Amino acid sequence: MNFIEARKLVHEYIRRDEDDNVESILTALDGVDLDVKEGEFVAILGHNGSGKSTLAKHLNVLLKASSGTLWVNGKDTKDESSLWDIRQSAGMVFQNPDNQIIASVVEEDVAFGPENIGVPTSEIWKRVERSLKSVGMIQYREHSPNRLSGGQKQRVAIAGVMAMEPKCIVLDEPTAMLDPNGRREVLDAVGQLNKEKGVTIILITHYMEEVIRADRVYVMDNGKVVMHGTPRAIFSQVDALKSYRLDVPQITLLAYELRKAGVPVPEGILTRQELVEALCRLF
Amino acid sequence: MLRDITIGQYYPADSVIHKLDPRTKLMATMVYILSLFLFRSLAGFAAVTLGLFLVILLSKVPFGYMVKGLKAIVVILLITVIFNLFLTPGEPLISFWKLRITEEGLKNAGFMAVRLIYLILGSSILTLTTTPNQLTDGLEKSLRPLNKIHVPVHEIAMMMSIALRFIPILIEETDKIMKAQLARGADFESGNLVKKAKAMVPLLVPLFISAFRRANDLALAMEARCYHGGDGRTKMKPLKYKGIDGIAYLLVGGYFAAVILLRRFL
Repeated sequence: MNFIEARKLVHEYIRRDEDDNVESILTALDGVDLDVKEGEFVAILGHNGSGKSTLAKHLNVLLKASSGTLWVNGKDTKDESSLWDIRQSAGMVFQNPDNQIIASVVEEDVAFGPENIGVPTSEIWKRVERSLKSVGMIQYREHSPNRLSGGQKQRVAIAGVMAMEPKCIVLDEPTAMLDPNGRREVLDAVGQLNKEKGVTIILITHYMEEVIRADRVYVMDNGKVVMHGTPRAIFSQVDALKSYRLDVPQITLLAYELRKAGVPVPEGILTRQELVEALCRLF
Repeated sequence: MLRDITIGQYYPADSVIHKLDPRTKLMATMVYILSLFLFRSLAGFAAVTLGLFLVILLSKVPFGYMVKGLKAIVVILLITVIFNLFLTPGEPLISFWKLRITEEGLKNAGFMAVRLIYLILGSSILTLTTTPNQLTDGLEKSLRPLNKIHVPVHEIAMMMSIALRFIPILIEETDKIMKAQLARGADFESGNLVKKAKAMVPLLVPLFISAFRRANDLALAMEARCYHGGDGRTKMKPLKYKGIDGIAYLLVGGYFAAVILLRRFL
């Protein structure tokens, strides 16, 4: 069984008036199928309102499905008794770094998760040290989070999730509020966790550049999964992506335009290096 | 101007007082405050003074730094002194116009001023030598028995520590909104009190909305990290009494006994 398996997942936000009559129903997820294997790096792309954040909240059981099934780490999310197990095995990092840091000292914030699941004190110290090291923030352990940059805060948040020793981390637009430097810091840290520690990563974003390192990409629009495949396969369909209001990375766009103009470069070019090599081969 | 607010200011130093368990310090502060209202004579006053200054010396916090905290109570201090000075009945020492100063009034005013000043100095030792986190931890643990009568002690302590974490964030946010509203022509400075109060509305409404949004986000983040109340929680830094805490308790007990004896016999 896959680490995450969603079948025909539906989520409806129901708005009711004062008399509890249904005023309107917004279908945020509309029959989503999702499969993620352990150790994979999966990106979920989508424009605002595509349902990607709703999907993320399901993976951590912060929301419950209206219909359909979702299995995380072999456990059914409908089962109340496995709620804490699921939250521990699939940690979550949110968009705003300020609003997810609980303590006023970095190391105490990282300890918050392990404290909640009842890890013994001596083990908490080890975990805090290990997870702060894994995101390169160990030298800030006694700092106040208020003095850190956005990227650093977000890395502390990731360390806070890592300290619970999850098998999977779901990141819900972790870079949306960061400057380019902070964005790179966070993505590097995430990539490293995936490669070195084998942590399954589910990165939810609307920045196309961020999904290049992913193993597989799901594209969502209007609550449905509309495309899925390797980044290369996804990026070769520039017209389709544009129709889902997603911006293609500049390099890929350039290669696409060159192809259209008759220059025979291969499809789905992702990095500057690849384009340079492809062009050099031509002449 | 908003950045000057410092709540629970902590003065980092390596002293015996800093190393004490927060519960010990809370207890000692309570006893100390009680003792302030027990002394009646100069001998009692001397005992309290001796105790206070010994602790200040031990805490390694510069005295000038502590005195700064007194600025906040200057007005209250003056009012108390003036009322006590002029309104205490008794044998008049000096009288002019309708006012008279009595011997008892002089004594009362003097002692009241000293009590207030000592109260602030004594309790500021607690906040200056204890980090806010230690303080909430200490409160949580000392108040734990109240759990039996359904006082949500853990929740209160958690709220306090979250409040402390968010004070600087909300101050920054207030600054930001203020600047944004000023840029749109809002006027927070001129006019009478009513007008000024009304001018705060465009500041407070966005601040409240954003605070609620933050609270919602934070609640989600806490739930995602398996927070489910105080049951079954462990601590990264659990409070543990050490040898010096025992000594401190003995000294505080001795001090209290001395103050009571002095009140009895002197």
